[in-house]
Amino acid sequence: MKLWQRGGAATLFLLALFILWEVIVRWQEIPMWLLPAPSAIVTEGFQSLPDFIPHILATIELTLVGLCIGASIGFIIALMLHRLPIVNRMIYPLLILSQNVPTIVLAPLLIIWFGFGLLPKLIIISLVCFFPIVVATMDGLKNTDPALKHYMQMMGATKGQTFWKLELPYALPSLFSGLKIAATYSVMGAVISEWLGAKKGIGVFMTYAQSSFRIDRVFVAIFTIMLLSMALFAVIQLLERTLVKGRAKEV
Amino acid sequence: MLEIKALHQSFGEVDVLRDVTFTVNEGEFVAILGPSGSGKSTLFQLIGGILAPKSGAILLHQRPINGEKGHMSYMPQQASLLPWRTVLQNVVLGQEIQGKANKEEAKQWLARVGLASFEEAYPIELSGGMKQRVTFIRALLSDRELLCLDEPFSALDEFTRLEMQTWLLSVWEKHRRSVLFVTHSIEEAIYLADKIVVLTKRPATVKQVINVPFARPRQEALLATTEFIALKQQLFTLIKEEKA
Ligand SMILES: Nc1ncnc2c1ncn2[C@@H]1O[C@H](COP(=O)(O)OP(=O)(O)OP(=O)(O)O)[C@@H](O)[C@H]1O
Ligand SMILES: [Mg+2]
Repeated sequence: MKLWQRGGAATLFLLALFILWEVIVRWQEIPMWLLPAPSAIVTEGFQSLPDFIPHILATIELTLVGLCIGASIGFIIALMLHRLPIVNRMIYPLLILSQNVPTIVLAPLLIIWFGFGLLPKLIIISLVCFFPIVVATMDGLKNTDPALKHYMQMMGATKGQTFWKLELPYALPSLFSGLKIAATYSVMGAVISEWLGAKKGIGVFMTYAQSSFRIDRVFVAIFTIMLLSMALFAVIQLLERTLVKGRAKEV
Repeated sequence: MLEIKALHQSFGEVDVLRDVTFTVNEGEFVAILGPSGSGKSTLFQLIGGILAPKSGAILLHQRPINGEKGHMSYMPQQASLLPWRTVLQNVVLGQEIQGKANKEEAKQWLARVGLASFEEAYPIELSGGMKQRVTFIRALLSDRELLCLDEPFSALDEFTRLEMQTWLLSVWEKHRRSVLFVTHSIEEAIYLADKIVVLTKRPATVKQVINVPFARPRQEALLATTEFIALKQQLFTLIKEEKA
């Protein structure tokens, strides 16, 4: 109920923004090639939809595969770092460093090394989305309630039992927080990787639109990216609701 | 059944336990009463096998179990239920750690103590008292001979505490197990226990072992009898000596 109300408020605010945008564009008579009105973008969106759909599907596929790979790698790294404190001290600073390299700079390098195939794209997406998962999972594992851990110890639980029955489920909400951030990044990563050369994808569509000064199409692409991110976010939230049990309802 | 013999424990320079000796007989309810920081929780960690004593022995049925895990069932001060598990899934956790969960037995137990309708509830939906009931059932269900309770009711308010003590007595008197119960409360110790082991302040040794003569089953009315109050007085004097 509350969530619905909040969602409603956000939608209303967004609608107001669009109306303001529309009014300003019409009133100031801003030319189409500089800033199209929302109505023009929507119209263009419907018109180009048949051509656009294969691009969207390609990006969705790339995003999902990349996110799965990135999230799995992030999860495995988190487990390793959690279990082996020495490795943690060695690797963790490097991981942070890896996040300081801008994707835009790294991408061309990856293309030089790995060509224009799928591999460099998946590497880019994995790179942008493994880190939030590492941080979130490690935090979750580290912050396991000491009282619960103490109970497991006193009962003589093995390390494996403590991990599977306590630490991992305890870290689950954290892991999902990381996954939500990673999901948003992964869409971005996919589009950026497509800019650098692909046959299909929203990134490709954007590059075409840009080079032919079809600003309205660029906006169509931007909004599609936003919608995709939101949809992915929603799917993960749904997954979270079904998997994470017994927590306080909606904060 | 359980014998603690000349147990010594220290952390670095600090002696915590010194020559602690007492026994728990089969089906006996033993309360351990001692000042804060005297080493009661440490004693449990030794029995639980998380720590190995510096010297002395812990014997279970004449067999030394120093540093061996998995001989006791434990009820901590905080309820310590897993938030993502239902009540039913929580009470079998102890059994799972040992090997096999017996859900049927767990259901019977929950029904017996009036928690049947909460089987599928999550801990967040329970009151503090109910959580402690669930934790106690969890401890009873794990099939270990010795039950160790570390101040299980100290986090509850006065009313709930008395209710819980009476409830615990009623359940335990029907299903006798050997219990070691740590508490700060003199009244609680007398009301519940067959035998009270009074510890000195740190380093803790056994100051005195007092047998509680009251017949079972015990009722709340016992708390107001002159015998009860006299014993309380006696224990109070003992503990006061430790404070001085
Ligand atoms: N792992 C440890 N390392 C160092 N000192 C410890 C450790 N565990 C306990 N101690 C010390 O041992 C003493 C006894 O602690 P313990 O927790 O057993 O007391 P307690 O009798 O259970 O106290 P309380 O009634 O407050 O729970 C304390 O002074 C504590 O500081
Ligand atoms: Mg203690």
